[in-house]
Amino acid sequence: MSIWEYANPKKFMQTSGLVLPWVAGLSALCIVAGLVWGFFLTPDDYRQGSTVKIIYLHVPSAMMAINAWGMMLVTSLIWLVRRHHVSALAAKAAAPVGLTFTVIALVTGAFWGQPMWGTWWAWDPRLTSFLILTLFYLGYIALWQAVEDPDTAADLTAVLCLVGSVFALLSRYAVLFWNQGLHQGASLSLDKKENVADVFWVPLVVCIAGFVLLFLTLVLVRTRTEIRARRLSALLARERMA
Amino acid sequence: MFRLLTRDLRLAVRAGGGFGLGLAFFLLVAVLVPLGVGPEGAVLARIAPGILWVGALLACLLSLDRIFALDFEDGSLDLLATSPMPLEGVVAVKSLAHWLVTGVPLVLVSPVLGVLLNLPVQGYGWLVLSLALGTPALSVIGAFGAALTVGVKRGGLLLSLLVLPLYVPTLIFGAEVVKRGAAGLTVGTPVLLLAGITLGAAALLPFASAAALRVNLR
Amino acid sequence: MLLSVSDLAVARGGVTVLEGMTFGVAAGQALILRGPNGAGKTTLLRTLAGLQPAVAGAVSVPPEAMAYAAHADGIKAVLTVAENLEFWAAVHGTRGIGAALEAMDLVGLRNRRGAHLSAGQKRRLGLARLLVTGRPVWLLDEPTVSLDVASVALFAGVVRGHLAGGGAALIATHVDLGLGEAVVLDLSAFKARAAAGTGAFDEAFG
Repeated sequence: MSIWEYANPKKFMQTSGLVLPWVAGLSALCIVAGLVWGFFLTPDDYRQGSTVKIIYLHVPSAMMAINAWGMMLVTSLIWLVRRHHVSALAAKAAAPVGLTFTVIALVTGAFWGQPMWGTWWAWDPRLTSFLILTLFYLGYIALWQAVEDPDTAADLTAVLCLVGSVFALLSRYAVLFWNQGLHQGASLSLDKKENVADVFWVPLVVCIAGFVLLFLTLVLVRTRTEIRARRLSALLARERMA
Repeated sequence: MFRLLTRDLRLAVRAGGGFGLGLAFFLLVAVLVPLGVGPEGAVLARIAPGILWVGALLACLLSLDRIFALDFEDGSLDLLATSPMPLEGVVAVKSLAHWLVTGVPLVLVSPVLGVLLNLPVQGYGWLVLSLALGTPALSVIGAFGAALTVGVKRGGLLLSLLVLPLYVPTLIFGAEVVKRGAAGLTVGTPVLLLAGITLGAAALLPFASAAALRVNLR
Repeated sequence: MLLSVSDLAVARGGVTVLEGMTFGVAAGQALILRGPNGAGKTTLLRTLAGLQPAVAGAVSVPPEAMAYAAHADGIKAVLTVAENLEFWAAVHGTRGIGAALEAMDLVGLRNRRGAHLSAGQKRRLGLARLLVTGRPVWLLDEPTVSLDVASVALFAGVVRGHLAGGGAALIATHVDLGLGEAVVLDLSAFKARAAAGTGAFDEAFG
């Protein structure tokens, strides 16, 4: 039994149909639990007050914004190498979700930055990188929509995703070079000294798990929709041939 | 290969229009910006490096869609793809031709525009050097965007959306060279990084562009 | 056999249009492809030229043997007839365009720019390009469009000369070229069955 069996659309539809309700339910549970815990059951930060609690939305969405692009990169590679249509459609499905997470991260960041730094927007390296990431998502989505033939679109967007990933990384370091910035360091890392305190940490991890599951849910739903749309157009083509 | 280069240059010269427009656009930017921000020399001197680089970048963008679109429409690209020349080579040569007719004039005219924008004296050398190092990357990256959108009707706006984010590192390092040079600081690091981006892009991107062209030709 | 095709299937826009094609073309032979509009003549020629991948099957041909000529001739309006032709000769590494100009009756037009050519003259220039490629297998997609009767006869003569010199040609056309010796291949025999017609995404129903 090989993992590639799940790349067969029929098998994928069966399996994802079974898994989807569980993933969706678990994601809702984690997000609600994590947010309630984080918002109401943790103490205020001694410096940042209750403003700090936006971290429970900001950090998970920022992580998923980057991870979504990573997932698109992997699925694009799988499409280019193994030509599984499900893989290309999953990349297509993930892009708008990733874009939404990026925008959420930017907006919550602005709400957080206003009281802390006294400004809604600063040309800080991390903020700037996220803005550039937004542009990459927009270009990727626009290319999918502009090209009519689905296989052509899948190939072109996959190439764009590969090249874009390299340039996104380059931009990240170019931006660091350009301005050192105000942003606080990582909230989560394996190095214990840098971490936020445990009381904040546990609900944050629950929230992150919730956002990962939410991303999975949305991508599964959207991929299933894309597969159904492809089946429909295949049926229409078959009818034209007959 | 050499014949393709001379053909493209001859086409650009005889057809006129398109490529000269970039230069005119660059000039317009340098004229309009002082009208917008006011005539104070100190302010202009501060923003001159950035404005000149952004202007050059946008001027370069104007003629990108012509790299492949004309050959795609009249069938030449099909014929080039079936010719003994590797498509990667075709892409590289066409990027070079684009740089010669767009990038080089921008480099040559930039000191004049530097005067308009009150660029400090010690910045001129670095302005010319940074544009000479950076504009080839703009052409090669632009050719990649043009290859992606060659099959799209009225793809100009899409092309800009795809290419501009890819221009970010080049713009940052290029403008940084001029900014530091104009302020009399050392510029070694950004110059090397800019050259690195240009060389890396010129070495690797033609492969991605050729792949995109092959997809668009089927 | 200069060109041999076995069990080839080709697709247009993700839909398989022709399948199970097996045929060969020997040196000195011309093959006329017949079939109604949309039968897949252009798709087949583009697949053979290597511009698009085949869905199934194999094409075997010596390397760099194919010269493709389609509806668009790739003529630059601002270059003269001679410059257009010289470019393609240089790309293919052949010398001399005189014979090609003469064969397609373009000698008098050699210094005229592409923009000032009539549709038929452009077509003749497009076909003259085949001669400077120096390649043995010609893939021709409706070569006689916008040619007058005299030019069609001229072109038939050029094809005959090419065949006599050991070349081969696949010609998709509705017009009788007067090539009595050519073999006709009716593509409707290879029309893909509707059930198999969903191309690569068929696995969706697997």
